[in-house]
Amino acid sequence: MSDILDAIEQFLARDVVMHVHGLEKADAYPAEIVERMKALGLFGATIAPEYGGLGLPCGQYAQIVERIARVWMSLTGIFNSHLIMAAIVGRHGTDAQKHEFLPRFAVGELRGGLALTEPDCGTDLQAIRMTAKRDSDDYVINGTKTWISNGIYGQCFALLVKTDLSAQPRHQGMSMFLAEKGPGFTVGRKLEKLGYKGIDSAELIFDDYRIPADRLIGGVEGFGLKHALSGLELGRINVAARGVGVAQAALDESVKYAQLRKTFGKPIAQHQAIQLKLADMATRTEAARLLVGRAADFYDRGIRCDMEAGMAKLFATEAAMENSAEALRVHGGYGYSTDFPVERFYRDAPLLVIGEGTNEMQRIIIARQLIERSPV
Amino acid sequence: MKILVPVKRVVDYNVKVRVKADGTGVETAGVKMSMNPFDEIAIEEAVRLKEKGVATEIVAISIGVAACSETIRTALAMGADRGVLVETDMAVEPIAVAKMLKALVEKEQPQLVILGKQAIDDDMSATGQMLAALLGWPQGTFASKVAVENGGITVTREVDGGLETVALTLPAVVTTDLRLNEPRYASLPNIRKARKKPIETMKPADLGVDPTPRLTVLRVTEPPKRRAGQKVGSVAELVMKLRTEAKVI
Repeated sequence: MSDILDAIEQFLARDVVMHVHGLEKADAYPAEIVERMKALGLFGATIAPEYGGLGLPCGQYAQIVERIARVWMSLTGIFNSHLIMAAIVGRHGTDAQKHEFLPRFAVGELRGGLALTEPDCGTDLQAIRMTAKRDSDDYVINGTKTWISNGIYGQCFALLVKTDLSAQPRHQGMSMFLAEKGPGFTVGRKLEKLGYKGIDSAELIFDDYRIPADRLIGGVEGFGLKHALSGLELGRINVAARGVGVAQAALDESVKYAQLRKTFGKPIAQHQAIQLKLADMATRTEAARLLVGRAADFYDRGIRCDMEAGMAKLFATEAAMENSAEALRVHGGYGYSTDFPVERFYRDAPLLVIGEGTNEMQRIIIARQLIERSPV
Repeated sequence: MKILVPVKRVVDYNVKVRVKADGTGVETAGVKMSMNPFDEIAIEEAVRLKEKGVATEIVAISIGVAACSETIRTALAMGADRGVLVETDMAVEPIAVAKMLKALVEKEQPQLVILGKQAIDDDMSATGQMLAALLGWPQGTFASKVAVENGGITVTREVDGGLETVALTLPAVVTTDLRLNEPRYASLPNIRKARKKPIETMKPADLGVDPTPRLTVLRVTEPPKRRAGQKVGSVAELVMKLRTEAKVI
């Protein structure tokens, strides 16, 4: 694994670090870096080798996500949701779908992500309104998705729809399609955000979009919510790994700055007030990393890990929030300046506590699991 | 044509080197090690020659501790076909390396050996020249451009004051300068594939070479810290200080 992480570090040092500040300020899509990511093989990281991927276990993949998030969290979004889409096809797709799509996903020729959220619902996925109606050999899709990562530059999305509006329970009327851009599938506006710059978060509009029935993932209606939820464990471990990356970056910048900045005749690292912060930041980061490693280990062994992934997501993303705020304080005025990277961590971290299931939702999942696993 | 590329394991160029407390050398324990950057350029050049159809096989060689196999794996991931590790725990000097490489050249019969012009640890810049001398082969050192044509090789060299172009007959030894190419980094799938490529392991004695050092390191020290500069108020003051304090005029 160290050889793979070395290659990631090399990629970051040569092709990423020097561009982050400019791309972030301009909120510009990192097209050239994406080409390097394709050449590096990142878009196939967790796809099975038989389809041209690397087949990395989740534990190793999480380490890659962490390393990249330390340098620029936005980059991780470009392949995270792409790989969740690939994981859903790998687990639930028909053989024909696997053979048609996974090799193209693995080399990054066809990129995209998940399209679940709608203007009126995110956490409560069963409330989606997008419909797909059968019409001979096709389905016709109508509705709008929003906050879709890779929405502008991606070409293919795992799209959650309702195929039966009257089904009870509601999830039995939900299905998932692999939708490639084409007539009737247009991109609405690019969404402006506090942080997470560079990556395209967009609205996707479907207006009588016609899709062949063989793009229905798994070939059977009614399993859409199950498919979507199956990707969430991996998704949460992904986001947790990003949290560790941001927390570590905030710590690294603070440790460096605290040795350079002097007040009252000595580096601020020698003041107890700063030392207390650094110690807490480091401890949080290590604890978060261990939780991510544990959840990933469960995932790799095929053990149900919604509680463990939830704990990792909750703790690591809160660590990112707290560390970025503390880094700002350690840096003083320079922390508030856009010339230093810590303000970026401070703007990026909140996405992590909201996205991929809010942290409030994670607490509920954890509590439910605690009770389910220990009934009285 | 077969190309041999020796690669050296050195302290990573991003690491700030520290002198060991006892002054016997540079601290390497727990320090990130990588392939000498000039050797990466050598591997890249060899891979490019293979992609052009000029080379048929690239053999990466490393001499040193067992962990040098990691350096060979990097070369294999970049595109070398197989590796040879000559394992020794001794600190090998250029002449011993050159002798071992000569023995490997006689065994492998390559048409070209491409080496980094120097390693960033001791900056000796000696191995390539010594190897050429031992083999009696022509050498093109500090190459910024290499072209294999008509059974020979043209090497553009970076020399003081400009560029010099030399035409060599093959077989030959070439050492790489910084501007020869920008080495690729290995893709993740190629790193995976490299794990399956063969590495042959041998000892210096298998090549008939005794690597016992001939040089003795007396002491390794940090360079003196730079002193703060001075600001002068006028040219006259500057001239006065240069005359009276620095005593250079």
